[in-house]
Amino acid sequence: MAPASKLITLSEALNRYVPDGAEIVMGTSLETLIPFAAGHEIMRQRKRNLTLIGPISDILFDQIVGAGCVGKIRAAWVGNVITGSSYNFRRAVEGGDLKMEDHSNLTVAMALKAGAMGVPFMPALTGLGSDLFKTNTSLKKITCPFTGKTLTAVSAINPDVAIIHAQRSDEYGNAHFWGNLGVTSDACLASRYIIITAEEIVSPDVIESDPNRVITPGFRVSAVVHAPWGAHPSPVPGYYNRDHNAFIEYRSNSKTPQKFEKWMRDWVDNVKTSDDYIRLLGNERVVKLKLINHLLSEPVDYGY
Amino acid sequence: MATDTDCCTLSELMVVAAAREIADREVVFVGMRLPLLGFLLAKRTHAPDAVGIYELGIVRDSPAPEPILTMGDLPNLFKAKWLSDTSDVMGLLQNGTIDVSFIGGAQVDRFGNLNTSYIMSSEKLATRLPGSGGACDLAGLSKRHIIIMAHEKHRFVTKVDYITSPGYGNGAGWREKAGLPRGGPSAVITSLGIMRFDPVSKEMVLVSIHPDVTARNILDNTGWQLKISDMLEKTPVPTEYELKVLRELDPEGYWTGS
Repeated sequence: MAPASKLITLSEALNRYVPDGAEIVMGTSLETLIPFAAGHEIMRQRKRNLTLIGPISDILFDQIVGAGCVGKIRAAWVGNVITGSSYNFRRAVEGGDLKMEDHSNLTVAMALKAGAMGVPFMPALTGLGSDLFKTNTSLKKITCPFTGKTLTAVSAINPDVAIIHAQRSDEYGNAHFWGNLGVTSDACLASRYIIITAEEIVSPDVIESDPNRVITPGFRVSAVVHAPWGAHPSPVPGYYNRDHNAFIEYRSNSKTPQKFEKWMRDWVDNVKTSDDYIRLLGNERVVKLKLINHLLSEPVDYGY
Repeated sequence: MATDTDCCTLSELMVVAAAREIADREVVFVGMRLPLLGFLLAKRTHAPDAVGIYELGIVRDSPAPEPILTMGDLPNLFKAKWLSDTSDVMGLLQNGTIDVSFIGGAQVDRFGNLNTSYIMSSEKLATRLPGSGGACDLAGLSKRHIIIMAHEKHRFVTKVDYITSPGYGNGAGWREKAGLPRGGPSAVITSLGIMRFDPVSKEMVLVSIHPDVTARNILDNTGWQLKISDMLEKTPVPTEYELKVLRELDPEGYWTGS
């Protein structure tokens, strides 16, 4: 019997799997493949009291914070990668409206690794000597039972939902994901639900021709969403380049709460579909971001 | 205050100084902004066989074929030697494979502790900064790390408000006591000069001053009585070739313009 298709709309996927108060891991491959389309749907649905988890987030977390959806962030870095600090995040933390659990990239990776492995914590050497322990209760110093040395114990994180943007997926959630991988694989395995948004929906034959490229087994995936340009302005290997100007423009468009409100109206609330978003981007921008220098890998033989 | 010199911008001078900290064949954990350019410049000049590791899961032994602004820009993935997980490349850091890494900072103290998280003003939070990213990991676990930042009095403080990335704590023996397996800052490259650390006391010492800067300028912009080396040098200006390459790497002057 063929499995049931998991292909649904973005709005349906977030309605079903992201209730108010959910813990969500996103932006798991750092600067690439950031699930902006899904983040914007979270904002349109005016979710409340979410916990966002990730290593760095570039501007996605700042946007969701600006929409008032977030109660807590567990991350190593929140800002705008090419311009520095981000304003909604600053306003929220400095105003006492947002709880922050301070990680490093390695402690986020280890927390999700522990979650993926089903163990309560992972030992690490990082964080020692830092003040992360003061602003992150999920880090504790322990003594190694074998060497007697001091270690950092990083408590497991098991998010409610992982939202992953992938290049292509079949309708059952088997998705090809390539480029740098960040913490994506562990984030999926650690999470209760997984939502895949994908540039393209392809047949299972395409996916099965290269199982090494599947980021997480489809049977663990809850929903698949077709979201072309769904990671813009972050880059998607094989599809489009980073739109640096969008990040630079966002800096000034988020400088005050009023400016951010306008930005959110134009780029989030008035956008209902991927087509709307692509139209708003404009043909010139879309063409400019597309790949020019292609590099196709040699096929490998999985036969017997 | 320091300004651009006749031959180059201050940022260019800082990037070139950073590049010169990298020896050929070293394994370098590359950070963002000026450090990214410093690594690329070193690759194109005196350290062609240095290997670059990027925390998002990239290993490269050649510079990206086109200018990049973030390590995730697609030219930085193009013909990479390895694309992998963050925990894999962070594992290389934790197991002692990384020779040198670079970190930027908002606030630094006399023992090289860095703060990029919380700036306090009379016990209350004044500014929330972006946080560690990988900086805490790099500062704790590389064999050595280099700090690059603007040299201003409010940034050079006796004691940082929050240790995001550990330096030498409160001096000799502190890192060992904290449980850190190795490392510590080896240089601080600023907009005014270059500082290193006393091998015994682990306190920051001024060793080089940039063109058109005086030791007095530097002391005035440092929040404690900064020690000055007996062998104080002038930071050498970039060579023509270094500048030519650097301007190819940052053609719009996004990072190194005046």
